[in-house]
Amino acid sequence: MNLALLLTITIALSSSAFALVLHYRPRILKFIFFTLLGTSGLGAIWAGLSVLITGQNINYQINLGFPNIILQFALDPLSGFFLAIVGIIVISVACYGPNYKQRPITLVSFFTGLFVSSMYLVLLAHDVFSFMLAWELMSVSSYFLVVYHHEQAVNRHAALLYLLMAQASGLLILFAFSILTKFAGSMSFDVMHAMQFSPISPTWTSIAFFLAFFGFGMKAGIVPLHVWLPKAHPVAPSHISALMSGVMLKVAVYGFIRFTFGLLQHIYWQWGSIVLFIGVASALLGVLYALMQHDLKKLLAYHSVENIGIIFIGLGLSLIFTSTDHPVLAALGLIAALYHCLNHAIFKSLLFLGAGAIVQHSHEHDLERMGGLIKTMPYTAWCFLIGCISISALPPFNGFVSEWLIFQDAFQAVTLKSEVMRTLIPVSAALLALTSALAAACFVKAYGVIFLGQARTRHIRRAHDPRFGMRVALGFLAILCIFFGIAPTFTISLLNIIPKQLIGTQLPNTHNWLWLIPISTKTSSYNALLVMVGILSIGLVSYLLVRAYFGRIKLRSVGPWDCGFGGINSRMQYSATAFAMPLRRIFQSAWSIREKIEKTDSDTNYLLQINDRIWQYIYLPLERFSFALARSFAKLQGGNIRVYLAYTFVTLILLLWVIA
Amino acid sequence: MWLIAIAQTLLFVIAAPLFAGVMKWVKCQLQNRIAPPIWQPYLNLNKLFRKEVLIATTTSQLFRIAPYVIFSITIFICATVPLLITNTPTTAIADVIVIVGLFALARFFLTLAGMDTGTAFGGMGSSREMLISAIAEPALLMVFFAVAMTAMSTNLAVIINQLALHRLWLQPSLIFAALGFILVSLAETGRIPVDNPATHLELTMIHEAMILEYSGRYLALIEWAAQIKFMLYAILFINLFFPWGIVSDFSWFNIGLSILALVIKLLLLMIILGMSEISLAKLRLFRVPYLLNLAFVLGLLAVLIHIIIEVG
Repeated sequence: MNLALLLTITIALSSSAFALVLHYRPRILKFIFFTLLGTSGLGAIWAGLSVLITGQNINYQINLGFPNIILQFALDPLSGFFLAIVGIIVISVACYGPNYKQRPITLVSFFTGLFVSSMYLVLLAHDVFSFMLAWELMSVSSYFLVVYHHEQAVNRHAALLYLLMAQASGLLILFAFSILTKFAGSMSFDVMHAMQFSPISPTWTSIAFFLAFFGFGMKAGIVPLHVWLPKAHPVAPSHISALMSGVMLKVAVYGFIRFTFGLLQHIYWQWGSIVLFIGVASALLGVLYALMQHDLKKLLAYHSVENIGIIFIGLGLSLIFTSTDHPVLAALGLIAALYHCLNHAIFKSLLFLGAGAIVQHSHEHDLERMGGLIKTMPYTAWCFLIGCISISALPPFNGFVSEWLIFQDAFQAVTLKSEVMRTLIPVSAALLALTSALAAACFVKAYGVIFLGQARTRHIRRAHDPRFGMRVALGFLAILCIFFGIAPTFTISLLNIIPKQLIGTQLPNTHNWLWLIPISTKTSSYNALLVMVGILSIGLVSYLLVRAYFGRIKLRSVGPWDCGFGGINSRMQYSATAFAMPLRRIFQSAWSIREKIEKTDSDTNYLLQINDRIWQYIYLPLERFSFALARSFAKLQGGNIRVYLAYTFVTLILLLWVIA
Repeated sequence: MWLIAIAQTLLFVIAAPLFAGVMKWVKCQLQNRIAPPIWQPYLNLNKLFRKEVLIATTTSQLFRIAPYVIFSITIFICATVPLLITNTPTTAIADVIVIVGLFALARFFLTLAGMDTGTAFGGMGSSREMLISAIAEPALLMVFFAVAMTAMSTNLAVIINQLALHRLWLQPSLIFAALGFILVSLAETGRIPVDNPATHLELTMIHEAMILEYSGRYLALIEWAAQIKFMLYAILFINLFFPWGIVSDFSWFNIGLSILALVIKLLLLMIILGMSEISLAKLRLFRVPYLLNLAFVLGLLAVLIHIIIEVG
């Protein structure tokens, strides 16, 4: 296992080194690079699974020779679980990559290798120094991947925003760690964890907690810190979007869990309620913004905000239950959140890779120009359908299991003492239900407009299914969506060791391999396998019966109903804008909407502009303020050399005065 | 016990068209019209199954798979909802949250099939259906939470047993929950005032607009599934809020008693529903959210009342 771990990292790093060496042989480079990447993914899964099964932590130390700095790395179940998630997605990306067009293959490969290895390192880092080192490496290498299409100014802006916010988040995390380092007297996570009863004042703990929450949250994309996400994710190549959205956000969630459950000694319920509130807000706003998006990859990026919100709802519940001394319920919330991390990584990668296949073969980003792709890209269409059902949290697929666990956990809020909490948690559960219903609406819209109906443009009519490697990646992830949907108990019995280490309790009743029973049989149970088998067998029986009795009745192909006017064309279909219009009208206060109808002599144009309110109310004023500040500083620059000499002189005097 | 569960499911599936027929009969009586025979839905289904099937050229494979998917999901839900007996092994497979999820899954396929036709009607129906379900789902969950809290369980059999055996009177929280549930189920099953199942104008339709392109056996499956869904909501309402007469274990006497009680309760429910349908008009689409918000508030009140008065 030690070996697996070492190999994973070295192989990932060497893959990026190969990229530099072999830049003049793109074919060989592609082959070697993606093979190495896939191998490192396998190694990551192996190492992660073995630590989840055995529960034995592994520690490494690397002495760089500097005084006081020893890099510490450790593999424990929590990092092992996230390592396995990264591994799964890296494998599918490695299958997908060779057939995906990327022009400067050298640079993309180099930074991809660096990005993946830095994610492994973040998960393994066990002291502040190595954590921050790996974290910054992750931010910077992903910046270069985002700025990949740098010819367009929009993409450069998106990448710059991403870098800015990544740096801000790094700074917040650094502050949070520095508080802990000060009190622990060491940068090692073990020492911080061990300072069991040392007196950090509640104020300082809370400050550290909120710095970490907003720091990691900014990287994870919680509202209102999510604005970089829908701009940065869509502009990267699709397999990189899958890595960023599916995995990098999870690494941020990992950081938050590590910091809160692993390092902080005391947890206050107020934190939990704020995390819960922000989680609900992210989930709801994320899905509402996604509903209004017509750019496929932007839509998916907003859904990442939604799903991160759902994960934080689980974590918030877990924090509340931890602080009110309900360890089993806290474990349930944590497991639900972790499970949703896994599920989101899988289905979001599936959807992003599917989107990449669509974009590559039809050259369209805009939903309104697609349509009828199920006829030309059937394989992609069915895989994408599985992803859509999973992300809409419908049983018996994987997204549903984790949301079901969150509902079960929220339902147990009756046991809390505080009446406010007892009321607010069910309300947040109802908002979660609203979120998943809206997500279903959004994916009916997306799937219906992309794959169903008639093709809207010529490119779409000529699209075809992708090549073998991309199909393998899509099929692999689609199968995982079904597997984690119908085998939740298997997964949860593996996950159970994480709350045992972090909270000290684990879920009872996980030995039963068929029935998912979070609390007790009396309270609730769910048997996903039977749901799947039951529906399939009823469907089969009814199909056979219908065929046996009425099979001889002929089917006839006719044109769709056109009210007798004739001439139905593809522009008469319901568009994505039209589909979302009723919801836009009902939730209209969530966006800033500008609708305009322009009439010219020849035709009438309908203009619709929907903007993120948070961008408008928080970020634009911030931008204006910083520009104003910069301008007022610019006044110092008069251009007159005598003034500059005076500045130098005054500075010199001041410095002398300060030193003396 | 598994046999009883299967028998109960079959009873559900077979009785659903009859229920729809009786509902129509009651409505006609109230409107002083001559009613079609109560077994008319069976005749209709039979006719549809035998008819030639027209498939629109714009549709794909999904359009032909969807009816089977919808039909089998709906039947599967029947298996997990207690009809006459509560203690069947199948009720443990899915709790109320899973049932809500399964309804949503069936709706997902129905709306996709509507989008698959590539015409304005299909998309219009799908869009409206998703609008209504998006607002109905949190309300439904709130109602279920209120009911589940009184039994401290989300398992339907446990809830019904608890309510039937221990509390014969209605708690205040349950009254609010029942009112909320009525509103939600009107929306979910497409009855007046949310949708009019008997309308003939495409522009006002929701459910019918989605399935406009279906014909023959596919239409039969979808119609049947809709009838089963209607009956499911009626049974859920009766068994959750008026569970008197339902029995927990199997014996012939118990079954007879249970059937008798159920038939009486269903008839009463149909008369009340018929009265409301003939006296109400269909709401404008953008009024429907107000109705469903009311349902949500009722569910929330039920939860609050339970938390503050009944527990605390």
